[in-house]
Amino acid sequence: MLIETKGLKKIYSIDGSETPAVNGINLEIKEGEFVAIIGPSGSGKSTLLQILGCLDRPTGGEYFFDGKEIEKYSDDELAHLRNKKFGFVFQSFNLLGRLSVLENVELPLIYAGIPELKRREMAVKVIGSVGLSDRVDFETMRLSGGQKQRVAIARALVNEPRIIFADEPTGNLDSKSGEIILEFFEKLHEDGHTIVLVTHETYLAESAERIIYLKDGLIEREEIVNHKSFRENKFSK
Amino acid sequence: MKFRDNLKMSYSGLTTHMSRSVLTILGIVIGITAIIIVMSLGQSAQNLIVGEIQSMGPETIVVLPGKQPKGLSDVGGSIFGDSLKERDFKDLSKKENVPDAVNVGPVVFSQINSSYGSETYDTMILGVSPSMFKTFGLEVNPPGTLFGSNDVNEKSSVVILGNKAQTELFGNSDSIGEKIKIKGKNFKVIGVLIKKGQSSFVNFDDHIIAPYTTVQDLSGLKYFNRIAVTAKSVEAIPSVIKDIELVLRTNHKIDDPKNDDFYIQTQEDLVKSISSITDILTIFLGSVAAISLVVGGIGIMNIMFVSVTERTREIGLRKALGATNKNILVQFLTEAVILTVTGGVIGIIFGTGLTALTVVVLNKFAGINFSFSFPIDGALLGLFVSSAVGFIFGIFPARKASLKSPIEALRYE
Ligand SMILES: Nc1ncnc2c1ncn2[C@@H]1O[C@H](COP(=O)(O)OP(=O)(O)OP(=O)(O)O)[C@@H](O)[C@H]1O
Ligand SMILES: [Mg+2]
Repeated sequence: MLIETKGLKKIYSIDGSETPAVNGINLEIKEGEFVAIIGPSGSGKSTLLQILGCLDRPTGGEYFFDGKEIEKYSDDELAHLRNKKFGFVFQSFNLLGRLSVLENVELPLIYAGIPELKRREMAVKVIGSVGLSDRVDFETMRLSGGQKQRVAIARALVNEPRIIFADEPTGNLDSKSGEIILEFFEKLHEDGHTIVLVTHETYLAESAERIIYLKDGLIEREEIVNHKSFRENKFSK
Repeated sequence: MKFRDNLKMSYSGLTTHMSRSVLTILGIVIGITAIIIVMSLGQSAQNLIVGEIQSMGPETIVVLPGKQPKGLSDVGGSIFGDSLKERDFKDLSKKENVPDAVNVGPVVFSQINSSYGSETYDTMILGVSPSMFKTFGLEVNPPGTLFGSNDVNEKSSVVILGNKAQTELFGNSDSIGEKIKIKGKNFKVIGVLIKKGQSSFVNFDDHIIAPYTTVQDLSGLKYFNRIAVTAKSVEAIPSVIKDIELVLRTNHKIDDPKNDDFYIQTQEDLVKSISSITDILTIFLGSVAAISLVVGGIGIMNIMFVSVTERTREIGLRKALGATNKNILVQFLTEAVILTVTGGVIGIIFGTGLTALTVVVLNKFAGINFSFSFPIDGALLGLFVSSAVGFIFGIFPARKASLKSPIEALRYE
């Protein structure tokens, strides 16, 4: 099991008022799986993803990554984990606008201490795989939304992570660009990548193998997607 | 993560806010400029003192015209005074008037332009008596010769070239016996000084030397700029001074020492007056440096705090991509240090330039032969201080940046 949580909790407390954003979640994700997390706004999807991605620490429960409890990890060890094992794609892209496509994609490699030439080679390769070879030296602020998200995907992939976390990656895109992004995820999955995708749109969730329904910080139900019926469904739309 | 990558990263962070960065380092520039001036003027003054003492020996005292200057601004009075006349020199030279003096020599100088063929050289012509060669330790290379008392009596048109004057006018060619032109008159070169290489109150290497009567004639001077008196020993100096004062006050009809139109400078006085001037300068510029460095440092700290806040999302993102607290700390600290060191380098350039300018002005208008050399010590100190300021004032903002939680930072708007 790549990811396993037991009674995972995240309670935000601000000025004495407590919000249990994640309220005891038991979850398992296998290597190579494509899991979608879906649920209404405020149900704790983003919070859960941030904890799984070690961007934040849980306030309760246990989280095992690759069999290891990460609770006792130091900040540096978590940074290392994010750098080597995780790739992130955010709704708001989070690129450094003044840097070029190449420089943005290289960032994780810099923190991994990979030498410049090797770095460049690796980055150029993934940039090619998201179809942006002709934009390598473009400042990212000059790109369209769809292109920006492809840069973000390239950046998430460049370190050859064990798992990719995506929080509403198509949320800021029109449906055409969203489609392209989704196709990338499907292709990545076919290539064997593990993907956790947060969304609140059912049709997006249905490209995953398994859908986890969240409500009020708890798993309401899980569902295995029958891809055949899904494709027909999509076709008839 | 490699340091070079870090430098690049910090550099691009800074260039994003170029004008802000430039304004921020102004305080550092001023501070380091002040440090450089203190260090290099101090060094030049040191050279001056050392040179002076070495060139004349501690037994030689100098009589100057005018009132004793009380500060830098008074220097003019001693240069333009005309109270030391031929008669004073004659009287001081009499053994019965100043029994402990072993040598008395007049000095006159004048700014001139010399030429040989198409070569010209702006310099000072120094008029001395033959007895001064020993006082100042001047020698010429054979077959050149020094001039003698005949030349003084006859106001001979002969000159001895300082080393630099020789090079400027003749290059490597032989100059002995050649005629150079000064103020339209011809002067025969009879010798070239052996390079002393030592800067002093009068740097003979740069100048042209002639009998004092010749120089007085040439420039229409009826007085002396200096009279140098060598006592038989350092212990005899006080009695020599007394005798000189007596002679000059009698000659100038002065009853009250307050009205003296001359003053006497011993080597010790010179060292004292120069060091008191440099002390004041050092204290003043030192405080300027300290204040502007602290103010500049606070400015840097302020701007770094602003920058850390503005770039909260960037920090969050970098952490999400694997930057450790230390990576972030080093990035922001490097930015602060780049800023201050840039300020430091500009300060070093300014300070060096200003010092060079001061030295040129002093040489040209005050006739003080300050030597100037690039203040390596000062430059190193400047670099060290400016990076230390960056470090000290950058560490708090950088720490603040490094301790941000990745998700809080990413959420920041
Ligand atoms: N930093 C925070 N401090 C306090 N409360 C928070 C914080 N972040 C989220 N919450 C609360 O936790 C709950 C879950 O938020 P979360 O962002 O995980 O929801 P979500 O499912 O991602 O919603 P959406 O679909 O709108 O993105 C919400 O009630 C939210 O107000
Ligand atoms: Mg969300």
